[in-house]
Amino acid sequence: MSGRLQWPNALSRALKSEQGTLTTPLSLHRRAFSSRTSSSRVQTPWRPQEPQWRTTNITLQSFARNRRKFSSTPIPRHNHLDPPKPGEERHVTFITKEGESFTFDVADGDNLLDIAQENDLEMEGACGGSCACSTCHVIVESEDMYNKMEEPDDDENDMLDLAFGLQETSRLGCQVKMSKELDGLVVRLPSMTRNLQASDFDSK
Amino acid sequence: MNAIAHARRAPYVCASCIRRLHHAAPRTARTYTSNKTNGSFPVAAARSPRFALKAPARAVHLLRNGYSTASEKPKPLRLAIIGSGPAGFYTAHRLMKQVQDVVVDMYEKLPVPYGLVRFGVAPDHPEVKNCQDTFEEVAASPRFNYIGNVEIGKTLALADMKPHYDAILFAYGASEDRKLGIPGEDLPGVYSAREFVGWYNGHPQFAHLKPELDSGERAVVIGHGNVALDVARILVAPLAQLRKTDIAEHAVAALARSKIKRVEVVGRRGPLQASYTVKEARELMQFQKVGFKSTSLRNLYPENTKTLPRVQQRLADVLLKGSTVSKQEHKKRWELSFMKSPHAIHVKKNRLNEPIGDHVHSIEFQKTRFVPGADPLSKDARVELDDEIVTSEASIVFRSIGYKSTPLPGLSDLGVPFDQKLGIIPNDAHGRIISPSEGPGNLSAGHLPGLYAVGWVKRGPTGVIVSTMMDAFTTADVIVEDWSASSPFLNGEKGRSTSTGLGWDGVKDNVLAQGVKPVDWEAWKRIDKAERERGKEKGKVRLKFVDEEEMKAAAGLA
Repeated sequence: MSGRLQWPNALSRALKSEQGTLTTPLSLHRRAFSSRTSSSRVQTPWRPQEPQWRTTNITLQSFARNRRKFSSTPIPRHNHLDPPKPGEERHVTFITKEGESFTFDVADGDNLLDIAQENDLEMEGACGGSCACSTCHVIVESEDMYNKMEEPDDDENDMLDLAFGLQETSRLGCQVKMSKELDGLVVRLPSMTRNLQASDFDSK
Repeated sequence: MNAIAHARRAPYVCASCIRRLHHAAPRTARTYTSNKTNGSFPVAAARSPRFALKAPARAVHLLRNGYSTASEKPKPLRLAIIGSGPAGFYTAHRLMKQVQDVVVDMYEKLPVPYGLVRFGVAPDHPEVKNCQDTFEEVAASPRFNYIGNVEIGKTLALADMKPHYDAILFAYGASEDRKLGIPGEDLPGVYSAREFVGWYNGHPQFAHLKPELDSGERAVVIGHGNVALDVARILVAPLAQLRKTDIAEHAVAALARSKIKRVEVVGRRGPLQASYTVKEARELMQFQKVGFKSTSLRNLYPENTKTLPRVQQRLADVLLKGSTVSKQEHKKRWELSFMKSPHAIHVKKNRLNEPIGDHVHSIEFQKTRFVPGADPLSKDARVELDDEIVTSEASIVFRSIGYKSTPLPGLSDLGVPFDQKLGIIPNDAHGRIISPSEGPGNLSAGHLPGLYAVGWVKRGPTGVIVSTMMDAFTTADVIVEDWSASSPFLNGEKGRSTSTGLGWDGVKDNVLAQGVKPVDWEAWKRIDKAERERGKEKGKVRLKFVDEEEMKAAAGLA
């Protein structure tokens, strides 16, 4: 088993999130097969009625064994998150608007938007992480942690101004990169409920 | 496990996975054809140009074998979305994720999709257009059909569509603008910002606008929103910067001849009531050789701006700091003025007060003041007219006081009302269309089953991409809710819909018989490719086609 890939982690993640409602076949798939190669050695037919994690267990292990046997050119993927180096895993926890929390092992330099999308959390990233919208808005749970981050720059603040449910510790996910200092970071996704403002119906 | 398994599991197939599928296609092509009924997703087939418009029936068939459906309805949800802007696409995005068996037909008047993302977002804001990546992922799904070049209400009547759909979503935005209602508004040289924005963004309807940028030095923009600042920015921005963007060629040529040196952006109220955002204001301060002036700004802000709410305070910082370009250095200047209400637009006059020519020459403003009792720090503070009249010289005037939606022809055939005053289709604020004629007899009174609205036609023409996205998600969520609650839909009695479910297939012949050639997603991708290639030669991201015939030719439909 390749140490770099941290399969036990991937596995425990997949199994753990089985309790959360966010686990979809797609998310499992992405989680398990977000490596650069794609092998078709193991074909597990998808059975809609069956809980997915049962088969995932087997699939993951055999997949891990086989994955290096195929060499292929890099294929464009959603995000290009490489698994963290052993001993340098950073932990980040997302609390969804439903109140469920998901913790991921990530590498230094990964930004929160990529991490969320890689793991199928509900985060849009309309501008593709270029700090031109506020759809990846997150709220940092602990003020200490917020203070450890670099101050948001003008561009980020400009976009935060337009975010829904802005808080003192709001940040844009695409601008927060994981680092040693931020190990154990907990962020909350703002509630998507749009409070209709009176001005929305104003004739002005 | 491979891309095909992913495809089978995915709610829809994203663009990067499509690329994977192409990679995997030769090896697995047989699977698609020989195992039609075992639940394989017909993705490779979907990429064939002819498939896209034919896809639904087959795709649905396969889906029903391969998926557990989110709802217990025997029939898939067939939805028509009218308009292909961000509101429509984000609704489709959310809906297709949540309802596994929805089939979406998206109608667009023009051959090309994306609405204001293509024709509204300023060319020098390319990062805002990245949301197109999401839209492409949505469109790559076999459960999504793009039908461009078909105008609802003209080529295809709403009443003819109704029998074939379970739901119709109005996402057609705002295609008009608000007028000032003052004398001289129709003089040559007075333009609406909507026309001007469409013109520099290469909208076919406004390609021949020819704004007279070389008739004088002074431009006046009426309105204090982001569109007004977009217009001002395009007028003062260094051309070298704009050239690299996807701005229309005719706009580059006209801007190169432009003589405009001063742009005054005028608002009826004060800086705390303005609706432009700090990003746009900041951009205008950062040009080399563009100065900034505002005489009344300091007086209208409180002494200590630190007491203002965050957003206002940051905006005040930017505006009060102004531009670092000194008077000697600047070649062009922009100016913000406040508390002035447009009164009349005049042509040039001789000493005897006789008009010379018919071109705009000056604009008269009436000063305003806050109504007694109003809090000048409030966003909603109202103003009333003062007696003092001030005049600004203007060789060109843009009114940028808001977009306006209009009723789609045939709305009333479906019993859909239109609120002319607010310029929206009346809805329950979540997106379900309501009608006053549906009387308050029972609890569901007012809701028109299966009819929804989203975006600017739902909540009025305000907001940035995130507001439209949130809005679209709300509408998608109520459609999902209604569908899973077996609420009545179009042609339906409490969940027993008599819709044919044919969707586009049911109305296609009608459209084709008129000689109209619909543009499907594959055809749009050909236009897209051609535009990018044209752009590459000129060193830009893309060079848009501005003529509908050119678009169709590039799509191979002419």
